[in-house]
Amino acid sequence: MHFKFHTEGGDFTNAGRASSEVKKILKQLNVDAQVIKRIVVALYEAEVNIVAHAFKGVIDVDIEPDKVFIRLTDEGPGIPDIDLAMKEGYSTASQRVREMGFGAGMGLPNMKKNVDTLHIESTPGKGTVVELTTNIK
Amino acid sequence: MSGHEEEIQVFHHALKIKEDVCIGCTHCMKVCPTEAIRVRHGKASLFENRCVDCGECFRVCPVVAIMVEQDDFDKIFDYKVRVALVPSVFIGQFPKDIPTEQIYSELMGLGFTHVYEVEHAVDILAECIQLYTDNLEASKPVISSFCPAIVRLIQVKFPALVDNIMTLKPPLDISAMYNRKKFRELGLADEEIGIFYITPCAAKIAAIKSPVGEEKSEVTGVINMNTMYNKVFTAIKNKDKETCVVPTRQYLAPRNILWTLTRGESENVQGRSIAVDGIHNVIEFLEKLENEDLPSFDFLEMRACDESCAGGVLISGNRFLTVRRLHLRAEASQRKLSNGQTPSNEILAHKAYLVENASVEKVKPRSIVKLDDDMTEAMKKMKKVHELMRHLPLVDCGSCGSPKCSSLAEDVVQGRANISQCIFIQKLMEKRNIFTKEDSFQIVESIWGKEKFERKWVFDL
Repeated sequence: MHFKFHTEGGDFTNAGRASSEVKKILKQLNVDAQVIKRIVVALYEAEVNIVAHAFKGVIDVDIEPDKVFIRLTDEGPGIPDIDLAMKEGYSTASQRVREMGFGAGMGLPNMKKNVDTLHIESTPGKGTVVELTTNIK
Repeated sequence: MSGHEEEIQVFHHALKIKEDVCIGCTHCMKVCPTEAIRVRHGKASLFENRCVDCGECFRVCPVVAIMVEQDDFDKIFDYKVRVALVPSVFIGQFPKDIPTEQIYSELMGLGFTHVYEVEHAVDILAECIQLYTDNLEASKPVISSFCPAIVRLIQVKFPALVDNIMTLKPPLDISAMYNRKKFRELGLADEEIGIFYITPCAAKIAAIKSPVGEEKSEVTGVINMNTMYNKVFTAIKNKDKETCVVPTRQYLAPRNILWTLTRGESENVQGRSIAVDGIHNVIEFLEKLENEDLPSFDFLEMRACDESCAGGVLISGNRFLTVRRLHLRAEASQRKLSNGQTPSNEILAHKAYLVENASVEKVKPRSIVKLDDDMTEAMKKMKKVHELMRHLPLVDCGSCGSPKCSSLAEDVVQGRANISQCIFIQKLMEKRNIFTKEDSFQIVESIWGKEKFERKWVFDL
């Protein structure tokens, strides 16, 4: 099953809508509660990343009986050094964003911790593609 | 329904619909936080396994067709020792000029042999909660087990959070345990001890009749607070004082008096804690908690009713006045303390026993959200739901007998309803000459009952 969501940069009020929807769907599909939690936490982080850094983005969610695959494609500044971004505590968030409680530099590490495979591709100046894969037993 | 575990198990509910009184409106169906109510044949009907006994339906029913199951008051006389377990909100409903002593003495006059304030147990519980919260590494934040409607809500709607529910008994159970022990030690047999809780809500009744996380409750029976309020108030108005004895009362600390109100627990748990009241607010908060879209907390106090127990569905008085009266009482209690009152509490003599028996088992989830146990099957059903949603008007009018368009779509997929119950679909079918006007009429009549169409005045206008 395929679902598509759209996100706007800077719209923190609506950050988390895709993750809430996906959570609802996975609950209806009787996916294990702990697996849902991991997927939703990772997706929420990724969603907030688009809102915090990019201009806009598209979230594609594919649910199959054995796995959930999520691709987040954004148009934004991109990540110049992915390895650096993966470090806990490293953050490029602006003061305004930090004041709202976001941008602690835990986004990517937290995502990696919660999913089975995390794949990031980025073109500085153009945008980033994040792929999250989680296996469902 | 095939393969639905929750459809096989039966749960005890304190809320019942009186079919002969129900007029088949949609008030209850619209407010139910778990979408547990449908209208069929002109009457509201309840999905037992979805209901969490919050009582929102009871509040809005215009004809009092929802009743709260309770024990008959005269049942107390089957016991030699008759203890009234009274929560502090009971006192809060009476006007300020009626002293607490008088309220309690009227309870004795009505036939109780002892009056015990539930919140004495807070002296045991508060410490247990602190230790529990401090020693827990995983499953933070701790969610209080105080409100039984919230415990049930988490079981059915937030199965991923059941491990966060504190595995400690609420003050009610601890005070019941204490009273039973005390009278046993005085040589009474179990069948001679009657412990009756005067309840401000339906959820507590369900919790006593079918407890979650423990086998059997120590409480003998439950009496509706409305009933007790009326009995006591009538007695006060008739001033039959000479028949009354003032029971011996123990000092109740300010913290204990305020425990059942909003922030009563959270302000007494050290660490990062927060209180949320009102079941719809709790749902919103728990959604955020599931997404980990919240700052980290150690302890969450969550109560189904607005203003917590002061807003219980069986409370007669205004919730804000109740809160105010309890605050005034707490202030008076604080003054006594400042004037040298020693905060002694008999229950503390049994602390070791009570602390040892204060734990309950982990709460188990029982999801109502899943479309099917089997994921492939659930995916098929979900596709059908989405397909149906494209045809439904998204008005959520309730004319089909389901609370929302989305719940009708689910009901159809689960074989509980037919898509033609939607009046918009009926109109469309009529336009396309698939349905006659008579076909549509029959469908609507089967949902709403014949009576609704026998009202002559509609045509007499």
